[in-house]
Amino acid sequence: MTNLPNATSAGQPHSVADAAPQFVRLTEAHRKQVGLTLDGVALTALTGDTVLSAILLHTRRVRDTEFSGEPRAGFCLMGACQDCWVQLEEGTRIRACSTFVKDGMRVLTRPAGAIGA
Amino acid sequence: MSAAIDKNSMHRVVIVGAGPAGVRAAETLVAAGVVPVMIDEAPRAGGQIYRQPPADAGFARSKRSLYGMEAGKADAVHSTMAGLLSKIDYRPDTLVWGCGAAQLDTLHDGRQRTVPYSHLLIATGATDRVLPFPGWTLPGVYTLGAAQIALKSQGCAIGRRVVFAGTGPLLYLVAYQYAKAGAQVEAVLDTNPFSRQLAATPRLLRQPSTFAKGLYYVGWLAARGVRIERGVTLVRATGDKAVQAMTYRDGGQELTIPCDAVGFGYGLRSETQLADLAGCRFRFDALNRAWLPERDPAGRTSVPGVYLAGDGAGIAGADAAELAGRRAALAMLEDLGYRAGSANVQAQAAKLDRQLANIAEFRIGLEQAFAPPSDCAQHWPDDMTVCRCEEIDAGTLRRCVRGGEASEINRLKALTRVGMGRCQGRMCGAAAAELLSAETGKPIAEVGRLRGQAPIKPVPLSIAMMDEASQADHLSAIPEHARDD
Repeated sequence: MTNLPNATSAGQPHSVADAAPQFVRLTEAHRKQVGLTLDGVALTALTGDTVLSAILLHTRRVRDTEFSGEPRAGFCLMGACQDCWVQLEEGTRIRACSTFVKDGMRVLTRPAGAIGA
Repeated sequence: MSAAIDKNSMHRVVIVGAGPAGVRAAETLVAAGVVPVMIDEAPRAGGQIYRQPPADAGFARSKRSLYGMEAGKADAVHSTMAGLLSKIDYRPDTLVWGCGAAQLDTLHDGRQRTVPYSHLLIATGATDRVLPFPGWTLPGVYTLGAAQIALKSQGCAIGRRVVFAGTGPLLYLVAYQYAKAGAQVEAVLDTNPFSRQLAATPRLLRQPSTFAKGLYYVGWLAARGVRIERGVTLVRATGDKAVQAMTYRDGGQELTIPCDAVGFGYGLRSETQLADLAGCRFRFDALNRAWLPERDPAGRTSVPGVYLAGDGAGIAGADAAELAGRRAALAMLEDLGYRAGSANVQAQAAKLDRQLANIAEFRIGLEQAFAPPSDCAQHWPDDMTVCRCEEIDAGTLRRCVRGGEASEINRLKALTRVGMGRCQGRMCGAAAAELLSAETGKPIAEVGRLRGQAPIKPVPLSIAMMDEASQADHLSAIPEHARDD
């Protein structure tokens, strides 16, 4: 593996969820790039990517459940399971599988107060 | 021809869903001079089966590449829709979240809008039929439909090393599509033995070309050395915060396949919530192993003016959806007093009925070949999550049933919140019913039907509060039997 994030200096153990993207882009890679942030970190996506694809092309976690806090990463991709809701920094909640990325979008996978906590 | 039904008439025909059923219904209505409203949650027409990549985003794959052997059908549906755009009131990106008193509640771009109807065609399609296994909530585990959408609409695979599992025609189709697109398919795990598929062959031959395509996908996978295991039981997905392996049982042996994604499903289940809110009578359908709204062969429900077509009325596939959309539109026109008695229309209707009956026979064969496991509930460990929204585990449900508190599904929902979360039981309803049946010893048809409730999908609170008066009207319009306790 060559693409492990080099962040072990913080001394935190890395789970597999942080180690690699979930999705793999197989084709249609020649679309226009857009920039967004994910929990404050800049990332690049392509026009026509859903927010879910944009997230999962970088990591394996999209949200934590309200009860056990276990990670989730979407499930049905067709707007039925409701397991990919995330928040924008301005407060709007969006279903990641059925929302397309926009340049400058600022996405949070954890409630705003929890960032950096 | 009788007078055209125009905007000034008291009739208002609304179609929900722009998949193959909705598009063919709209085409039939427009040909007769009717201007329907067509509402669809997706940004582009085609439904899930003929889903199109986002518009104006630079996606460049050909239809042949996107839809394979179904490219011609996909293109025909898309072309028909393109020709209808100027002739219908098309409202994409619009969620129908409620239905009652001859009106729909819709949400588009954050705005609530009430859409009245005199005649309503519900063509809302289906989602994967999901039955859980331990670890099914891990990141990296998706439905088969999800795996297909990632590829078709985003050009992505759900993982680097993918296991496909469950049963049904989609299992082999998605595995084939992935392998063909260059993804690494680690294995295809079919919970049905090959003997069942052989036994179903006579019925499957009712649709010889569809049957041949299925054989082709399996043959293609086998020829490329993709591991195919049949007659297995899915045991668990495991991993640290995301899936790292899938374990299955073959005979007495447990086997584990390392992977970073699993796509699974056991066929499809109908989206019936709108029919429920519209007050349609339901019956248990043994073939689909689910409660479905009643309908006559033409698509008429128990509620005058409400019609059904496509997989939302019972799973029959895309070809049947096109036929049923046409058939329901003819029934609608007949009920509107339109060209009633025309010999040509009657001949068309009779032909559609014959074609649909033939597909229905094929469909029985498919369920024979790819039946969902009926005895899985008794093997689910107590700590396995059944309801992924509310995180209700099998043990909680069992305790509730064994304690004598619930022997009916809506009671079980009221007490444990299973099926009460954001997905409204779409992902866990079948599992909860299977578990209830296993625990009570009652047939699945006798454990009750999970009732639908508005909003059928989450809507912002601001929408729900926007118009309190119409909200009150709306709730009172929901038939007594369709309301929650």
